[in-house]
Amino acid sequence: MNDTEKTYRFEDQRDTVYKVNPEHPETATLPLQRTEELLLNMGPQHPSTHGVLKVILELEGERLVKSTPVMGYLHRGVEKLAEDGTYHQFIPHTDRLDYVCAMYNNFAYCRAVEKLMNIAVPERAEYLRTIVAEVQRIIGHQFWLGTQALDIGAMTVFFYTFRDREILLDWFDELCGARLTTSWYRIGGVERDLTPSLIAKLRAFLDYFPPKIDEYQVFLEKNRIWLARTKGVAVISAEDALSFGLSGPTLRGSGVDYDLRKYEAYAAYPRCDFNVPVGKNGDTYDRYWIRVMELYESVKIVKQCLDQMQEGPIMASVPSVTLPPKDRVFTNLDSMIQQFKLFSQGFDAPPGEIYCGTEAHKGELGFYIVSTGGGKPYRMKIRSPSFIHMGAFDHMSRGYMIADAVTIFGTYDIVMGECDR
Amino acid sequence: MHALAERIKREFPDGFVDAVEWRGDLAVTVRPAALHAVAGFLRHDPEIDCDYMVHVSSVDWPDAEERFEVVWEVASIRKRHRVRLKTRVSEAECQVDSLTDVWHGANFMEREVYDMMGIRFRNHPDLRRILMPDDYTEGYPLRKDFPLQGKGWRDTFEFLNEKA
Repeated sequence: MNDTEKTYRFEDQRDTVYKVNPEHPETATLPLQRTEELLLNMGPQHPSTHGVLKVILELEGERLVKSTPVMGYLHRGVEKLAEDGTYHQFIPHTDRLDYVCAMYNNFAYCRAVEKLMNIAVPERAEYLRTIVAEVQRIIGHQFWLGTQALDIGAMTVFFYTFRDREILLDWFDELCGARLTTSWYRIGGVERDLTPSLIAKLRAFLDYFPPKIDEYQVFLEKNRIWLARTKGVAVISAEDALSFGLSGPTLRGSGVDYDLRKYEAYAAYPRCDFNVPVGKNGDTYDRYWIRVMELYESVKIVKQCLDQMQEGPIMASVPSVTLPPKDRVFTNLDSMIQQFKLFSQGFDAPPGEIYCGTEAHKGELGFYIVSTGGGKPYRMKIRSPSFIHMGAFDHMSRGYMIADAVTIFGTYDIVMGECDR
Repeated sequence: MHALAERIKREFPDGFVDAVEWRGDLAVTVRPAALHAVAGFLRHDPEIDCDYMVHVSSVDWPDAEERFEVVWEVASIRKRHRVRLKTRVSEAECQVDSLTDVWHGANFMEREVYDMMGIRFRNHPDLRRILMPDDYTEGYPLRKDFPLQGKGWRDTFEFLNEKA
């Protein structure tokens, strides 16, 4: 499985005629009769931008000399909205950040508020959070793999990954009633427990899925077009990647072993045995390879969590902050009043400021919350990996062809809802 | 005091303002004049080695004399620590040094701070609006005196005012 040699065996067949870059030595230009600068607007409506994003490409022949991302088409002022609502009220807003993987946004946000309020989450809730987060990681990487292959021209993979993604989305539907905008995490725990039916379905999926990952790879690993368009494209060195603030698979592709799941060891991750795949060339292919390997690792994590999980409460018992159990809300007046007050007035947060980052499938999703006391955050900054990855776009695209711009959006796994907030 | 804050205080006795450690996060406030030097020190000192740019943010305190607070959070992957570097600037001046030459990632994140809060960055290579439209004239949306509903630009969209 971790056989790197196997995946690199096509190295010598690499098509190097048009690829020059490594760290753009100013783009070994073909002899051109250049009379004027050519600017090309790519987007805002372009199928490969996965949303609404424009990039102004400055061209030398077909090579990119400079690219300027123009963002903000999906800016909704989420950070401003956060200042106007209570902490509980903001959870559904986080779904709309990275709408492909809403669970991760919920998770990152709840973790940040728990750090602010200094709440410990019960053990079973930690396991449930880890399971659902890893299922979300599988969904995210399936989505990424399908669309990235589609952008590059390998259409078939898309159907296979989306077929399997559908199973998990239906699973989410049964878990929380929504496929995409889930809002399942709560401050201090989770909204509801896994039912036996859900556990059975998940276990069945875990047996079904690993052979399917092999299947995805069969389409791509020996596909010469895929290899030619991913190997040696968008190379970034480890030092630059760190300086740009890249994170997640985009950073690990450059050989930096930085994963908050290991680094901060939150939720049930310290009790699970898993590897963090790390690339070595820092190119699009390595980032692809890491994501595929992470699919295997996520399956491992979910299996271990299901085995280790014990019965117990799923919500911390801090009545001034956490929500009362739903069945009590419907039958008990005090609980109903408590729930109403928590949502409408919020809880009293201590003055102070925290930053809490969580490893989402795209990278480090962080929330910086400044509180001055009271029920609403004074300032909330969302550190979204997509936005920060776009900052490196110009650096990573210089010297490559126009068509490679498409693969570079893809390699960040960009979602504009999160990028523009 | 945290050892890292201690070092910064020793190296920059004039620039250091204060250091707060809360919930395990270290935040060091420095004077704007010393900001760039402190950032370079955090980045290049082999003991501190903060090579990873986490985020750049800003906070508006309308009642304070030094109204705006700019926040850079950086981390060291090898040494396993994080530090939040902060500086305060008044509304009249409203300008701090850019740290883009220290961490590349500061480029887009500082542009966002400029766009949202109107704080200008000295020596920034490309200080333009990033999320709001280039021709947006209503000001800076994340300032506390900016109303949640905007300042009326939205009402000029015809399709919003059409009767169904």
